Amino acid sequence: MSLLSVEDLRLSFGGLLAIDGLTFSVGEAEIVSVIGPNGAGKTSAFNCVTGFYRPSSGRITLRGKDLPGLRPSAIAGLGVARTFQNLRLFGELSVLDNVRAGSHLWLRQSVFDALLHTPRYRRSERECTEQAHHWLDFVGLSGDRYSEARNLPYGEQRLTEIARALARRPDLLLLDEPAAGLNHGEKAEMLDLIRRIQALGVAIVLIEHDMGLVMEVSERVVVLNFGKEIADGRPEDVRRNPAVIEAYLGSDAHA
Amino acid sequence: MTQLVWNGLFVGSFYALVALGYSMVYGIIKLLNFAHGDLYMLGAFVGFAILGAVGGVSSSMALPLLLVVLLATMVLTGLAGVALERIAYRPLRRAPRLSLLITAVGASFALEYGMRAAAGADPRVYPVRLGGTSVEVLGARLTLQQLVLVGVAVVLMIGLNLLITRTREGRAMRAIALDPRTSSLMGIDVNAVISRTFFLGSALAGAAGVMAGAYYGKIDFLMGFLIGLKAFTAAVIGGIGNIPGTMLGGLLLGLLESFGTFWLGGEWRDVFAFGVLILFLTVRPTGLLGERVTERV
Amino acid sequence: MTGTTKVRRVGAAKPPTRASKLLQNRWAGIAGLLIALLAPFVNASGYALSVMTSAAIFVMLAAGLNIVVGYCGLLDLGYVAFFAVGAYTSGVLSTRLDLPLLVTVPAVIVVTVIAGIIIGAPTLRLRSDYLAIVTLGFGEIIRITANNLDVTGGPSGIYGIPHLTDSPVVFYYVTVVIVSLAVLGAARLGRSRLGRAWRFVREDEDAAEAMGVHTYRVKLAAYIAGAVWGGLAGVLFAAQLSAISPTSFTFLQSALVLMAVVLGGMGSIPGVVIGAVVISILPEILRDLADYRFFIFGVLLIAVMILRPQGLWPSRSKEVS
Repeated sequence: MSLLSVEDLRLSFGGLLAIDGLTFSVGEAEIVSVIGPNGAGKTSAFNCVTGFYRPSSGRITLRGKDLPGLRPSAIAGLGVARTFQNLRLFGELSVLDNVRAGSHLWLRQSVFDALLHTPRYRRSERECTEQAHHWLDFVGLSGDRYSEARNLPYGEQRLTEIARALARRPDLLLLDEPAAGLNHGEKAEMLDLIRRIQALGVAIVLIEHDMGLVMEVSERVVVLNFGKEIADGRPEDVRRNPAVIEAYLGSDAHA
Repeated sequence: MTQLVWNGLFVGSFYALVALGYSMVYGIIKLLNFAHGDLYMLGAFVGFAILGAVGGVSSSMALPLLLVVLLATMVLTGLAGVALERIAYRPLRRAPRLSLLITAVGASFALEYGMRAAAGADPRVYPVRLGGTSVEVLGARLTLQQLVLVGVAVVLMIGLNLLITRTREGRAMRAIALDPRTSSLMGIDVNAVISRTFFLGSALAGAAGVMAGAYYGKIDFLMGFLIGLKAFTAAVIGGIGNIPGTMLGGLLLGLLESFGTFWLGGEWRDVFAFGVLILFLTVRPTGLLGERVTERV
Repeated sequence: MTGTTKVRRVGAAKPPTRASKLLQNRWAGIAGLLIALLAPFVNASGYALSVMTSAAIFVMLAAGLNIVVGYCGLLDLGYVAFFAVGAYTSGVLSTRLDLPLLVTVPAVIVVTVIAGIIIGAPTLRLRSDYLAIVTLGFGEIIRITANNLDVTGGPSGIYGIPHLTDSPVVFYYVTVVIVSLAVLGAARLGRSRLGRAWRFVREDEDAAEAMGVHTYRVKLAAYIAGAVWGGLAGVLFAAQLSAISPTSFTFLQSALVLMAVVLGGMGSIPGVVIGAVVISILPEILRDLADYRFFIFGVLLIAVMILRPQGLWPSRSKEVS
């Protein structure tokens, strides 16, 4: 059974169909990319999977469990983590605190532990901090971990967001344009990072515009255009698919 | 019965006038202007000061004079609203919502207690009171002054509606409400339009203040607090940001209160009104005529 | 900002400034407590003691509101409602049932938790600005209700509430101890898993939700914690004055507590404590300015938001957690 399965997903805002029949699945520790022109419905699909949007119809299941109707936090509780297209860090909090957010679901401490500073409280706080440092090391963040997250350079903010998602220790990670705005060297590091995340046994769904990165890292590629799915296959097949070429180059290419 | 309806409509037209300013400002910059009720209070005091400066008023001339004072007050209160926006709100337009709300609370405080320092804590007696010949219509007793006040309110609201739906200015306001950044790219002077919105909203509140002063006869520095809350309730009932909805909401709240008071007793009137507010916000936060806002991204 | 150096830190190594900052925070707390404990030796007149006791109670209110506004970013303009619920609950129980004040405390906690849920549950789903005005409405509802009901004594309120102790000095010390524990408790909550979740919600609700934070529950928890703090402060208030009436629980009171929190620095415990002491003691010192003081507070509120939104003594937890 696949980890995530999306079947005939549809989403409309008012009269506008943002997603019009999307079907794909992701296996354990697999990397699947969702590509398509701007406005094709990629981020909307992410929002459906993570519970921020409620799909108009279709099924989304994680290990057989239906996701639509659950709160985003409940879906996170099932082992899904995500990043956002426009970075959504907790800007005024420290980098470390941002990553601590990922441990929220793991920490076992009650209000009374916190009020009385019980050994359990101390232990869980220590563990939480260690975890946060661990994941910051994992993504290779070299900057100041105690400064406010909004003061970091852009590339490091991206890394912090990924570290935060990893601290959740998810089975499925959704990355929304992780390489956007990165320079050449940073993109190479991102590619390496994505592979190392996969090596942890985490499945990844990737939205990305950088075709080099997508073709390099993905095991399968799903292509969306105007909400419709026009291709789903291995990178080299998708690259040669006429419908995909048309979507990217426009129909003029044939004339 | 008809008396209750009439009382409700009468009070409701006051609510509607004040609520319009709330609603317009919210529609355009998404700010709950807590100080709005205090602009109503300010209007009442400005009118009071002008009437005092003019000196004695013979009751035969009361009505025309009052209309002149009303206009002057509207201009002055409108300018006060513009100043408020410039000083307190504009510097924070990009700040987090919480900061803006707290600033609005501060502005409300500054206006209330500034007025208290200037005019004293005791209620002032309005120097003009409209004579009351009452007429009977469908079993309801209504006075001439009530009719005049409702008439003025209706004229002001119709004027506002024409302004917003028919003029360039109104189009600019609606454009900014939808998308301030694009509007400014399209050559709309966003700051100027926001200033004019504050002017209009505050002027209407000021008008309501003078009318309330002339009708109830007494004004004090805290008179804006409760009506501010009520006006917000009215705006929410109708659909905040929606002009016709807000007018409807004002009248409806007046009616609800009128009947609620009749059944529950006067001492529960405000509890009833806030109960309605909470109910509406829980069940239908977009109000009767407000459109559903598309979910966040 | 964290110190002056920007050292690259790897692994779980602790930053060199952390211990010192913690110490500083602790020293600030101990210094504050010492000042509070020694103050009666400077001036123990009945008047001074009552001003200081009121200030301590006000600190507790500010610490409670800080949980809601400072940590969680929810603007509550009717916070005094919980103060009233606490005061009235203990007042009614102690006078009608002849219970000692201490015995009413569990009931007060239960009632304020319920009040927190009743007020919070429908409103916390709303947008933040709606929340502000609805809480304002609730504050008024509670006051008007107390004014209208017989059991609460109507407009004249409740009198003859038993004192906790007969000596004002002892009561002052009892108050200081309780308030210190309340402040410490609020600070500890703020540093815990729940407290971090409050800040995540304040910073970005969607991102918090995506990390598994049930934002609604977390907000409700902040609201309930705030309610309990306010309610317990209400018990102290009732014990101090032995008489309560609806006029003590107006919007003005809510606004003053908010001012203490904002002025001191939202989310910062030392800031909030200082803010509360300043707001409650300053008017006693500047009697001549009585007419202008609320006006000045209002202007200050605007000025702080525009010029120094982090408050006079900003939160350090942003940098060192």
